[in-house]
Amino acid sequence: MNIMDDLSYLRKETLVRKMREIHTDIIVETVRDMCISANLNLALDMEQAIRRAAETEDGKLGKQILGQLIENMDIAKEDGIPICQDTGMAVFFVNVGQDLHITGMSLTDAINEGVRRGYTEGYLRKSVVADPLIRENTKDNTPAIIHYDIVPGDKLTITIAPKGFGSENMSRVFMLKPSDGEEGVKAAVLQAVKDAGPNACPPMVVGVGLGGDFELAAKLAKKALTRATDSHSDKEHIARIERELLEMVNSTGIGPGGLGGRTTALAVNIETYATHIAGMPLAVNMCCHVNRHVTREI
Amino acid sequence: MDSKTVINVPFERAQVEKLKSGDYVYLTGTLYSARDAAHKRLYDSIVNAESGMTMGGEAGNKTTFSGKELYEEGILPLDITDNIFYYLGPTPAKEGQVIGSAGPTTSSRMDKYTPLLLSKGLVGMIGKGKRSQAVIDAIVEHKAVYFAAVGGAGALLSKCIKKSEVIAYDDLGTEAIRKMEVEDFPVIVVIDSEGNNLYETAVEDYNSSK
Ligand code: SF4
Repeated sequence: MNIMDDLSYLRKETLVRKMREIHTDIIVETVRDMCISANLNLALDMEQAIRRAAETEDGKLGKQILGQLIENMDIAKEDGIPICQDTGMAVFFVNVGQDLHITGMSLTDAINEGVRRGYTEGYLRKSVVADPLIRENTKDNTPAIIHYDIVPGDKLTITIAPKGFGSENMSRVFMLKPSDGEEGVKAAVLQAVKDAGPNACPPMVVGVGLGGDFELAAKLAKKALTRATDSHSDKEHIARIERELLEMVNSTGIGPGGLGGRTTALAVNIETYATHIAGMPLAVNMCCHVNRHVTREI
Repeated sequence: MDSKTVINVPFERAQVEKLKSGDYVYLTGTLYSARDAAHKRLYDSIVNAESGMTMGGEAGNKTTFSGKELYEEGILPLDITDNIFYYLGPTPAKEGQVIGSAGPTTSSRMDKYTPLLLSKGLVGMIGKGKRSQAVIDAIVEHKAVYFAAVGGAGALLSKCIKKSEVIAYDDLGTEAIRKMEVEDFPVIVVIDSEGNNLYETAVEDYNSSK
């Protein structure tokens, strides 16, 4: 061995030693727990939004339905029964710190193993078929849908958003033209809400992705659903459109269960991205009142 | 409605006409769970049998069967006559539970299969969401009823299910057909036997009251 080889070996060593390490066993455990807790307890902001809505709702059936939803949340929590029987397809947003070293199996395998354990040990419904046409159930709710982002730092941040398909099926992508402007955006979102009506189990949460390209708009719309219902875009003009759209959606009269009332949506959340001079992609991802999302940092 | 109206199920056909769009009622008795995959199997079984296809796949004589005959001939695993389907795929039951979370799924996915099932005697459906015009027409023609249960209230609704047993298509897992005994199961009449549709009228009524 000559002296040069020896030095490069040492340099590598110090580099490796600086990196934080996480073993995938911890990731599997964490994901397992997140699957179960997301399906049993609504995020506090969702729960509070539903309770507040029950007080202000003036539709007769609408009010009755909100009352049932509150009772339902309480039973789910007390008896450990999933809030809704559609415990969803497991969708993840994962931020991987670029200074983090993951040991064990692959990160994707670890997340899927966590889903497998969570959905099996947590008595959650297995709602995934392996092939869209052959439609054979995979029996453990895998594979998950995982969106990765590489971020600065050495942390791993995992968000799970189990997604029910009653509302997912009512989602839309519109390739709007720049000339459609703000009015075009509002009209499209409103149309999607009206088309969804009772199918999306209102009160809904409306996730909107605006900009980017065809697929990024859809991903942003899903990501918007993981924001708290009482949060606002940090862009002033977008926050205004969120407010105005919520008002418009709640003037449709669709109401809880689609049976008349003012509480058609609990929130309209919009995420944006830069886009092309020729386009204005818009995606509307519908979610029901069982808008589940849990985030953990490891 | 002020007092609680409890209806025993399955009910006589004559009872159907008393149910009006907008009625909030509680069902007690027997319901059967069936959703996408079970509907497809029931539908395909009927279509194959009636097209006269033999087991070997050869064309035979075309026949039509009633719901009762379909059951007696072993074509369907249950007699759907006068029965009610609940569009449901529950979560698994834990030790000591009758059933897991058990709320309704979106009905429109069953629209393709529903007119045929109604023509064979199915009298009621429980789900959530809109139905196609073809289904509404079949509901009127066969004097049937479409109820909605509250979507996303699976934990609450599971409490009204007192017994549950898979009676067919076990291999479909959550999509198997279950025979269920329910007590005070809360539903709203959405489409009645005259074709009145609460999803349209309720929103109109609410808006015109503003
Ligand atoms: S849309 Fe949501 S609340 Fe309705 S059944 Fe699906 S997951 Fe449950």
